[in-house]
Amino acid sequence: MLEIRNLHVELEEGGKPILKGLDLTVEAGRVHAIMGPNGSGKSTLSYVLAGREGYVVTQGSARLDGEDILAMEPEERAAAGLFLAFQYPVEIPGVGNMTFLRTALNAQRKARGEEEISSGDFLRLVREKARALNIDAEMLKRPINVGFSGGEKKRNEILQMAVLEPRMCILDETDSGLDVDAMRLVADGVNALRDAGRAFLVITHYQRLLDHIVPDVVHIMADGRIVRSGGPDLALEVETNGYAGILGAGAAA
Amino acid sequence: MTMQSTLRQETTEALIAALPRPGGAAWLGAARDAALERLRRMGLPQRRDEYWRFTDPGRLVSPAVPAVPLREDDEKPAFAAVEPLRIVFVDGRFDAAASDPLAPEGVEIGHLGRLEPAEGHWAASLFGVLEAEGQKPVPRPFAALNTAFAAEGALIRVRGEASRPIHLVYRRTGDGAEVLLHHVVRVEGGASVTLLESGVGAARLNTVLEVDVAEGSRFHHVRLQGRDPARIAVTHLFARVAGQGEFRSFTLGFNGALSRNEAFVTLTGDEAVAHVAGAAVGDGDFHHDDTVFVTHRGRGCESRQVFKKVLRHGAVGVFQGKILVERTAQKTDGYQISQGLLLDERSQFLAKPELEIYADDVKCSHGSTAGAIDETALFYLRSRGVPAEEARDLLTLAFLHEALDEIPDERLAGELSEKLEGWLRRHR
Ligand SMILES: Nc1ncnc2c1ncn2[C@@H]1O[C@H](COP(=O)(O)OP(=O)(O)OP(=O)(O)O)[C@@H](O)[C@H]1O
Ligand SMILES: [Mg+2]
Repeated sequence: MLEIRNLHVELEEGGKPILKGLDLTVEAGRVHAIMGPNGSGKSTLSYVLAGREGYVVTQGSARLDGEDILAMEPEERAAAGLFLAFQYPVEIPGVGNMTFLRTALNAQRKARGEEEISSGDFLRLVREKARALNIDAEMLKRPINVGFSGGEKKRNEILQMAVLEPRMCILDETDSGLDVDAMRLVADGVNALRDAGRAFLVITHYQRLLDHIVPDVVHIMADGRIVRSGGPDLALEVETNGYAGILGAGAAA
Repeated sequence: MTMQSTLRQETTEALIAALPRPGGAAWLGAARDAALERLRRMGLPQRRDEYWRFTDPGRLVSPAVPAVPLREDDEKPAFAAVEPLRIVFVDGRFDAAASDPLAPEGVEIGHLGRLEPAEGHWAASLFGVLEAEGQKPVPRPFAALNTAFAAEGALIRVRGEASRPIHLVYRRTGDGAEVLLHHVVRVEGGASVTLLESGVGAARLNTVLEVDVAEGSRFHHVRLQGRDPARIAVTHLFARVAGQGEFRSFTLGFNGALSRNEAFVTLTGDEAVAHVAGAAVGDGDFHHDDTVFVTHRGRGCESRQVFKKVLRHGAVGVFQGKILVERTAQKTDGYQISQGLLLDERSQFLAKPELEIYADDVKCSHGSTAGAIDETALFYLRSRGVPAEEARDLLTLAFLHEALDEIPDERLAGELSEKLEGWLRRHR
C-alpha cells in the first residue's frame, strides 16, 4: 500500500538533511511500528508523507497504491486515503470541531466523486465514534482542540481517523500523554479499524502501546534511515536494551 | 496666519459653499448655526493632522464628489429575519411610501426634514449637543459639518421595550451625490431598542447618529456598510450612557474605497456598559478606518472595543482606539483589541491603541496585532482533506468571529456571518 524508496529529505531553511535514504514498505492489512531515538526523523517522515511545507525531497519516492503522493497537495493525499495523527495536534480557535470534521469528510467525499453526507447521518456517525472513544458531546462543540487536555487532543485525532476512515493511517506518538485507560480506548479505536484494506504506521517510543496494538513488523529508525526491522520482539529488545544496545548490535551485524 | 491654516480655511469654506443650507424650526436653525461656527473654528482635517495620519481626508473634503456608478443590487434585503420596521431614505430623502407605516409599540418616530416649526421638540436637547460634546479633546469636523447641513434623519424616542427593531435603509438612484443624514435616538429609562442600518446611500455618505441611553435602558446597533467598491463614507456615532445603561454597536464593512467610522462614547453613570465592535473585509482599493474614543466617567463600568479586518491586494485597515478613564471612574473594566489579517504582503493594518487612566483602581487591557494566516493551522485542516481555499476561508472566518460574537442577536450574527462567507468565496 505504502512504498517508500530511498527517500532523502532536507529542511528548506538551512538545507539540513534529515531523512537519508529511507526505505519502507507497508502492505495492506498490516500494522508497522517505527521506534527510534529522539531527533531520528520519525515526525519528519510523517510530515513529508502528509505534505507539510518546509521540507525538500532531494531523492527517492513515496507511493500510495502506486501513486506518487509527494506530487499531491495535502488535501489530495487525504482524499487518496492518507491520514496523519499529529504528535502535536493543533489548536484552532474559532473553528468548531463539528464544522471542521464535516467539512473535511464532505470535501474528501467530493474529491472521490461520492455524495455528501446528510447532517443527520453525520451526527449519528460522530456520536457513535465519539462514544467509543469516551469523548463527550460538549467537547465536540468546542473549537478544534482549544482547551483540550493532552490526552483529549490525542483521542480527538483518533476520532477524526474513525470518522474519515482513511486507508493508510500514520500515528505519530499518539500514545504519549495518554493515561492507561485512554491508551486502551485509543488502541481499541485502532484495532476496530484494522482490516484487510487498511494499513497502519505507528510511531511510538513505548512497548506498552504495542501490547494493545500488536504490530506485524517493527522498524528501528536512526539518523534518517530504517536500520533494523523485525517482529514484535524487536520492540521488547528496545525496552530492555535501549537504542544504544540495538544500534550497536545493528552496526556490528 | 500660517500657510497651513489658510489652506485649511479655504478648503473648509469651499465645501461649505458647495452645500445647500437646510431650513426648519428655529431651534434647529440655532443648532445648525452653532455647528457651522464650530466647523469654521476647527476647520476640515488635513493630511498632516495627527488624528488623520493614517487616513487621507482628501476625498472627504473635496467639494466635488467622484461619481460611483450605480450597479444592480443583487443582494438580498438585509436583516429581514428580524422583521424590522423600515425607514427608507432614497438619495438622502425620507421616502414615506417605501417605508413601513407604523412605529412599533413604545416607539415614537419623527423626521428632521418634516418638523413643525413649533418649539420644544424632545430632540432639541440632543441634536448637535452630543456631537458638540464629542468635539473635545479631539475635533471631529465632519460631524459638525453634518449637524450644520444635514436636512434629513430619523428622530427616534423609545419609551418601552420596542416590539420590533428599527431599520434605517439607505438607497440611491444616482451616481454622484453627497448625502448627509443626522439621526437622534433617545432611549428612556428602562426602555430598549435595536437599531439597524444598511445600504450605500450615496457616492459620499456622511452620517451622524446621536444616542442618549438613559438609566437602565438598552440600545443595540448593527450596521451593514454597503459594498459598492468606489463609495466613500464618513460616519460618527455619539453616545451617552447613563447608569446601568447598555450600549452595543457593531459594524460590518464590505469593500468601499474609503470609510472613516468614528465612535465617541461616554459612560456617564455607574455600572454602565458600552461595546463597540466591527469586522471589515477589503480587497484592493479599500481603506477602512475605525476611530473610537470611549470615556469612563461612572464607577464600575465595562467597555469593550473589538475590531477585526481582513485585507488583501493592497487593502488598508486603520484602527485608532482610546480608553479614557477619568478620576471618578473607579472599578473600570476596559478592554480593547484590534487585529488585521493580511492575506498578502501588499496589504497593511495600522493601529494606534491608547489608554489614558486617571483612576487608580481599574482593570484595562489592550492589544493589537497584524499577521498572516497561521500556516500550521492551515496545514492541519488541509491534512484532513479540506481544500486550501476552503481552509483559508474557515480560518479567516474564525479570525472574524471574536468581533461577530459582539452581536447580541444570534439571527443577525448568523446573517452577517453568511455574508462574510459569501464575500470570502467570491474573493478567493
Ligand atoms: N522545522 C525544523 N527546523 C529545524 N530543525 C528541524 C525542523 N524539523 C525537524 N528538525 C530537526 O530534524 C530532526 C528530526 O526531527 P523529528 O521531529 O523528525 O524527530 P523525531 O524522530 O520525530 O523525534 P521525537 O522522537 O523527539 O519526536 C531533529 O534534529 C530536529 O531538530
Ligand atoms: Mg517526533
